Amino acid sequence: MDVQTWTYIIVGLTFALYIGIAIWAKAASTGEFYVAGAGVPALANGMATAADWMSAASFISMAGIISFIGYDGSVYLMGWTGGYVLLALLLAPYLRKFGKFTVPDFVGDRYYSKTARLVALICAIFVSFTYVCGQMRGVGVVFTRFLFSEVEGPMLFGWEPITWGVIIGMAIVFFYAVLGGMKGITYTQVAQYCVLIFAFMVPAIFISVMMTSNPIPQLGFGAKVTGEDVYLLEKLNGLSQELGFATYTDGSKSMIDVFFITMALMVGTAGLPHVIIRFYTVKKVSAARVSAFWALLFIAILYTTAPAVAVFARTNLLESIPNKPYAEAPQWLKSWEDASLIAWLDKNNDGLVQYTKGDAFVGKPSFSGERGNNQERLLTNSPTDNANELYVDRDIMVLANPEIAQLPNWVVALVAAGGLAAALSTAAGLLLVISTSVAHDLVKKTFAPGIDEKRELLIARCAAAGAVIVAGYFGVNPPGFVAQVVAFAFGLAASSFFPVIIFGIFYKRMNREGAISGMISGIVFTAAYIIYFKFINPSANTADNWWFGVSPEGIGTLGMIINFVVALVVCSFTEAPPKDVIDMVENIRQPEKEGEELSVVDH
Amino acid sequence: MSDETPPNNNGDYWRANLRIVGILMSIWFTVSYGCSILFVDQLNKIQLGGFQLGFWFAQQGSIYVFVILIAVYVRMMSKLDKKYSSKAD
Repeated sequence: MDVQTWTYIIVGLTFALYIGIAIWAKAASTGEFYVAGAGVPALANGMATAADWMSAASFISMAGIISFIGYDGSVYLMGWTGGYVLLALLLAPYLRKFGKFTVPDFVGDRYYSKTARLVALICAIFVSFTYVCGQMRGVGVVFTRFLFSEVEGPMLFGWEPITWGVIIGMAIVFFYAVLGGMKGITYTQVAQYCVLIFAFMVPAIFISVMMTSNPIPQLGFGAKVTGEDVYLLEKLNGLSQELGFATYTDGSKSMIDVFFITMALMVGTAGLPHVIIRFYTVKKVSAARVSAFWALLFIAILYTTAPAVAVFARTNLLESIPNKPYAEAPQWLKSWEDASLIAWLDKNNDGLVQYTKGDAFVGKPSFSGERGNNQERLLTNSPTDNANELYVDRDIMVLANPEIAQLPNWVVALVAAGGLAAALSTAAGLLLVISTSVAHDLVKKTFAPGIDEKRELLIARCAAAGAVIVAGYFGVNPPGFVAQVVAFAFGLAASSFFPVIIFGIFYKRMNREGAISGMISGIVFTAAYIIYFKFINPSANTADNWWFGVSPEGIGTLGMIINFVVALVVCSFTEAPPKDVIDMVENIRQPEKEGEELSVVDH
Repeated sequence: MSDETPPNNNGDYWRANLRIVGILMSIWFTVSYGCSILFVDQLNKIQLGGFQLGFWFAQQGSIYVFVILIAVYVRMMSKLDKKYSSKAD
């Protein structure tokens, strides 16, 4: 059977499974809708958290990015997992003890201020939205390549296949998020975790055996190449240098920049609202801690495999493509070219694919619709003056890897299903945050405190539905700024949320004035730095012009420090928080009493 | 919640909690920022099988340590909770 048939079968089966679970776990009350009635076992909650956490970016893009930047890619590996440690040790248990649904709830009560609640609410919705758009885009990429390729794909009602891909993804998420709420999402995510980890590991193990004769990828990429007396990483370093790339294990970013970016990612990750809410779905604080352990263990399986996959994919790519004739190039190169994610511009007309450092041409590929001498798709982009002729979208490495390694068709199809599972599980979690924020924080707590549970549930469902549609629209028509904004959402979260929550728990004296002025100065500084270098004056975006050599990606760390300092200074000149707030903080710091469980009825 | 008077353990529980978190966070910092970033070049001179040690810490070792840190945290905190919840009664 061919790849397409396999993909239809496997994706179809997994989708049927998700829908089945959603119907079985339909939510009946707001408590079940928001936090699954706070009755999910720790192990299941750990799996669901892992699926929630690992987005399309982790599954599809991360190994690809690492494979292009080598050591520098460690910032994502450490940033995203190390941030989880921050969350589990410094935030989650206390927020859970506090016993409210959301971060805006905590900020609003701890700083006795509707303004603070509103600021936190806007940040949460903004961060969630940029994320959801990214997920929908991931769904679109998988659909385009595996379920219909762009060139011969069906144009139904004048819409391209990628549009249909996003619409199908939207319909699925809509169905189980709107119907099942947190309960439906949690159990669907458990299934999705199983699908995505299986789909990630199977090709990794296959390729590891093929390349190094070691079935464990984590060990395989430090082993010797099968049949040769050279370590895989040494071989890759050699190939990279030969072709003019940076040495794989050294990278090219400066140390201070790596430091700051890692910190911004860690701290930003710890403040992600859709993951924090997960800690409310178990019965007790102790269960929240146990489920945090399971979650990181499940995440680590993928995160320690990803750098191995990156090395395998990079070595395969550098061995099979450069300086060989395009006409004889493997089939996967042409399939991905048809999906517009690989492009070849034969600058010197020799029919060979030259691949080296630098961009082959300006911007993303735009195809003219004609074929050249070697049957390649012709481009309308203006060429650059370096020797590189090949454009490879970083997002395709994980998806293309099984094809590059010539694995059986069902493995290729499995990876497509895994990518969809990763994207859908995260999208659903985020949609829930958006609907909770709107129905609970905005409508119930701010505008209409008197509404009953049935109305609130209805509003939550409508909000989720509205969010799906808006996210789907941006998935199909990504405005130029979304991709960039997603990368900076971490920095913005780091410079706004994190210090406020830390102070809220660990510093009793912190007051409303300090928190608000800290948040505002942190986020304004970070946003200004990013906007200046990315939008106002992009040509100045080089290491020489950066403050202390810190790139816009890492500036959130400095914003966070500013937030801490401003909050402390302002706080010391203003009035201490009222007595009941201090009592509240005192209460968070006490051990949990026997039988004390989160009640979801009275909120 | 705020209308209940907290059980009186003179902040011992909280101080013990801070000590655990402090120790674990300093290991967290040493492994991720120390071994994997600040001293990566020095550690890369040491070879661990096919890995340079600094590179291994950055892409593998730090993640393993993170998992262990949370496991230790769960154990120590549940011990601490047991000790103080019996006293509170």
